[in-house]
Amino acid sequence: MCGIVGIYLKSKKFEKSLGEMLSKMLVSMESRGPDSAGFAIYNSNKNKTYKYSICLNEMSFEKFKKEIKKKVKFSSIEKNSDHIILKSIEKPNKILPILESYEKLSLVGYGKSIEIFKQVGSPSNVVKKFNLDNFSGTHAIGHTRMATESAITTNGSHPYSTGEDECLVHNGSLSNHNNLRRILKKNGSKFNSENDTEVAAGYISDSLKNRNLKQTLKKGLSELDGFYTFIAGTHSGFAVLRDEIACKPAVIAETKDYVAICSEFQAMAHMPNVNNAKIFEPEPGIVYSWGK
Amino acid sequence: MNLDLKKLKLRSVNEKLQSIDRKTNSRKFTISNPEGNHAICAGLTENIEVTIKGHVGYYCAGMNQNANIIVDGNVGTGVAENMMSGKVHVKGNASQSAGATAHGGTLIVDGDTSSRCGISMKGIDIIVKGSVGHMSAFMAQSGNLVVFGNAGEALGDSLYETNIYVKGKVKSLGADCEEKKMDKKHKSKLKELLKKVGSNIKPDQFKRYGSARKLYNFNIDNVSNY
Repeated sequence: MCGIVGIYLKSKKFEKSLGEMLSKMLVSMESRGPDSAGFAIYNSNKNKTYKYSICLNEMSFEKFKKEIKKKVKFSSIEKNSDHIILKSIEKPNKILPILESYEKLSLVGYGKSIEIFKQVGSPSNVVKKFNLDNFSGTHAIGHTRMATESAITTNGSHPYSTGEDECLVHNGSLSNHNNLRRILKKNGSKFNSENDTEVAAGYISDSLKNRNLKQTLKKGLSELDGFYTFIAGTHSGFAVLRDEIACKPAVIAETKDYVAICSEFQAMAHMPNVNNAKIFEPEPGIVYSWGK
Repeated sequence: MNLDLKKLKLRSVNEKLQSIDRKTNSRKFTISNPEGNHAICAGLTENIEVTIKGHVGYYCAGMNQNANIIVDGNVGTGVAENMMSGKVHVKGNASQSAGATAHGGTLIVDGDTSSRCGISMKGIDIIVKGSVGHMSAFMAQSGNLVVFGNAGEALGDSLYETNIYVKGKVKSLGADCEEKKMDKKHKSKLKELLKKVGSNIKPDQFKRYGSARKLYNFNIDNVSNY
């Protein structure tokens, strides 16, 4: 099953309440995904600082902080439950190998505007744990998971981020992910789980090297085999795609202030002025995108 | 009587509407703040009128018998699924599988429906004033599907004896579905259905689609169609 949600703000009016709105969506989608939850929240960032979202797992924060100080120049390190956001002007090609050398840590995402938090447990516990209500931003994507093909772990939770400021949430299942993973690995992609969605995220990141997001998703229609409704996020916005059979639901509400997408309408019933929004279901096999 | 889903539990609202005393005179209800909840007005059996003010979730008015249910908004998956009798009128759009497996009654959708509208329908009349999505009337057995707009891919795939009337374009027909001649009896039936929604459109403007009846029994000559 799984629940997917997303909000893209067209005007600045609701930027401060983005976290609160997304939080309500995730809690409402608990019935579709009680096993784990996660969210990616984008905040425009004009300076050159990178934000590295890291899950500590069993590692102690103090120990990590002490060690990383010796290896990396960073401007801040903030702890939020079992996740940390490390801000640094150092480029990913320098930082990522250092973070990867810590076996206990999971790097859940990085980029100039993205922050990702995800964890096992019910969506209501996860949003509380990370204080999602207090987040602000320009757009955000979230996921509630009902685990099917791989284990209930942090690494098995969505969103998946496999590139700078990129992320993907998925409702559905892919049938050709093992073969695709093999091909992508050959081309240099790295994967941390057995999850099918991580492969789709890796596929998108790989394709984005030569194409824009819209072209990438269009190409995905013939190369990703299975059932899916995807929301793929980038620093500027997000795109939505349903496979051509369209068994996995999605409903979009658009007003002059925002675009909201959810698996079910009930997850967006709290959105401001939603009853007067333009409400529609994304058509199968068509890429919808919003961005600045 | 107004039933506010912000104040009352969905289950208590449904229980109330499901246990109307046959002798009661109060037969008009409204439901406010549906907020996308599922299974609103499922399993009603009495001849009552319920107006739902707002958008609702899945399986609204499922298994309906006798009741007249009006939705002033959009509905999710499976509106009026397995309806036996009565009437369901959706003023907005409907999601997939509208009127699925329904045996009787009338479903009217003022907007569009997405995929698989009337899947396995068994006697219901479905009238859609907008367009229907792909695989509509899949394995439809009996009843009528009337579409004022267009139909998506594979209309009437593996069709039995449902009559499909489409005014707009059909993207493609499914296996064993073909365009049929519109006889007098079809025109008068369609006129009767159009009257139900107060439409003056002439039946001549519609095309009729039905089963070619080649897939009813296994036949080796048709193996490529299965």
